[in-house]
Amino acid sequence: MSHIDTIPDEPKPLVRFARMLWADKFALAAVLFLLTVLVLAVAGPHWLDGAAQKQNLRGRNAPPFEWERGWLWVLGADALGRPLLARIIVATQNTMMIAAGAVVCSAAIGTVLGLIAGYAGKRTGEVILRLADVIMSFPSLLLAVVVLYILGPSVGNLIVVLSITRIPVYLRTTRAEVLEVRERMFVQAAKVMGASGPRIIFRHILPVVLPTLTTIATLDFAFVMLAESSLSFLGIGIQPPDITWGLMIAQGKQYLTTAWWLSFWPGLAIILTTLSLNLLSNWMRIALDPVQRWRLEMRQTRKGETA
Amino acid sequence: MIPFIRKRAFASLVSLILLIVAVFFLSRLTGDPAALYLPSEASEEMRQQFREVHGLNDPIMVQFGRYVWDLLHLDMGESIRKARPAFDVVAEAFWWTLQLALITMTLVTGAAIVIGSLAAFRAGGFFDRVASVTSLIGASAPDFWVAIVAIVVFAVGLGWLPTSGTGSVWHWILPIAVLFIRPFGLIVQVVRGSMITALSSAYVKTARAKGVKARPIIFVHALRNAMLPVITVIGDQAAALLNGAVVIETIFGFPGVGKLMIDSILQRDFNVVLAAIMITAVAIFLMNLLIDLAYSALDPRIRH
Repeated sequence: MSHIDTIPDEPKPLVRFARMLWADKFALAAVLFLLTVLVLAVAGPHWLDGAAQKQNLRGRNAPPFEWERGWLWVLGADALGRPLLARIIVATQNTMMIAAGAVVCSAAIGTVLGLIAGYAGKRTGEVILRLADVIMSFPSLLLAVVVLYILGPSVGNLIVVLSITRIPVYLRTTRAEVLEVRERMFVQAAKVMGASGPRIIFRHILPVVLPTLTTIATLDFAFVMLAESSLSFLGIGIQPPDITWGLMIAQGKQYLTTAWWLSFWPGLAIILTTLSLNLLSNWMRIALDPVQRWRLEMRQTRKGETA
Repeated sequence: MIPFIRKRAFASLVSLILLIVAVFFLSRLTGDPAALYLPSEASEEMRQQFREVHGLNDPIMVQFGRYVWDLLHLDMGESIRKARPAFDVVAEAFWWTLQLALITMTLVTGAAIVIGSLAAFRAGGFFDRVASVTSLIGASAPDFWVAIVAIVVFAVGLGWLPTSGTGSVWHWILPIAVLFIRPFGLIVQVVRGSMITALSSAYVKTARAKGVKARPIIFVHALRNAMLPVITVIGDQAAALLNGAVVIETIFGFPGVGKLMIDSILQRDFNVVLAAIMITAVAIFLMNLLIDLAYSALDPRIRH
């Protein structure tokens, strides 16, 4: 604290966030893990699709940690002798695509509806809220089965099902925040200066609401992943030969007593990913909040001084 | 209070009616029950007769009109699968789910409040770190994966507990333990966050300055004020359990409303689906009322 009289320049946002990330080692580990998952999701199928499809009946339910078969067999093999590690890596793409697609769609639709419900008149808001109530209490299983029967099972249709069920989360949060923000001085000022409704909503209100929504979306990504795996587990989500981590758990269920690794590893992949998302969302809650941010930045300087 | 309940009941009723209409028409899009309940070699006559018996022959608007008319006479129709009134089928399953939800939520609430409060009291300490990491892992685990790992370990491997079904006290342990994990993880985090705020408030500092001991400060002064957000989350989680823990009930062969729901959807037993939705909706409405009462009991400033 020797330079108390010279105020340092505000660092660039990117540098600033990198520093705040460095200050929270759990979040750092989570980000690194998620980046790995992202790379695998993009490159995995091109890289290992052959290995993940190739059946090898002599290696049926091969146990894990047998190094002589090669690194792809480290986690063992499934009932058709396909290496589990390769299958998990290939399944990353579908798992991530469904979750990301559902989160982006539901967040976009939910936010717009929430902005309208919060800013428009009382009647419009009430109608939109009742709609959200109906969606919330509509059994998502029934929705999944209906879509499965009418449109057929596919990644795109699963995204539709999951995003419909998650719309109310964003809608309600956005509306609640808008109701508070719209009474603030800068919104009143914009209104007095003659800004149009859409301009006030998107240029003045949305940026204030966005940090909360980003945090919720991160958390919801984990939730959607779990929901997708439950649906696939019940047999009303993704259908073979497509694979996701949830479906892999379901497929391994019948071999539980003889080959536990079939269900164990994909489950572990889900846990590690959702755990990372939870840690990241905890960090974002602080890092994106200008009032709380000092907690991460202070820790940084304190550590820098002792080192 | 009474006008408040009336207003809430009206809003919920509107949502419920919209929901029933949506479910009635959407569920019929999943296919024809006759194709499912009759053997594949059944003649077209037999199929016609089956549809006639279950009233599936008429135009869909006529079917809907009849359903609404029966509903107004408190008749929810027959279950195709069980050949019994749909209400009875659902009521039976709901009783199982209600017991499961009550026991689980009582345990979760007690454990989460104690552990979350203690973690908040020494925020950043060893206990807090352990509690935070465990609760985060708990909130991140897919419950069906935990369920099958638990079956492998405790039922198959060690042979201590039955794998599935009902009948004895032992059958309840695994489902409750698995259902416990995720709500527990979530609620501990909310309790902790809310308690940290409450413990740094002025009235707690005053109590400390006056020499009040740690335990009354945590559980009397701070906890009561920290409970509002906690109750909201408890309500959400309890509602999810009342809707039926579909996957867990399926894995453990538990005859609750979640398993009934998925079975009835897959077997096109439309009346049971509708009855299950209505009964759980009423239960969740009553629970939300209780939660609102709890709000005003905890914080007298909240009046309806």
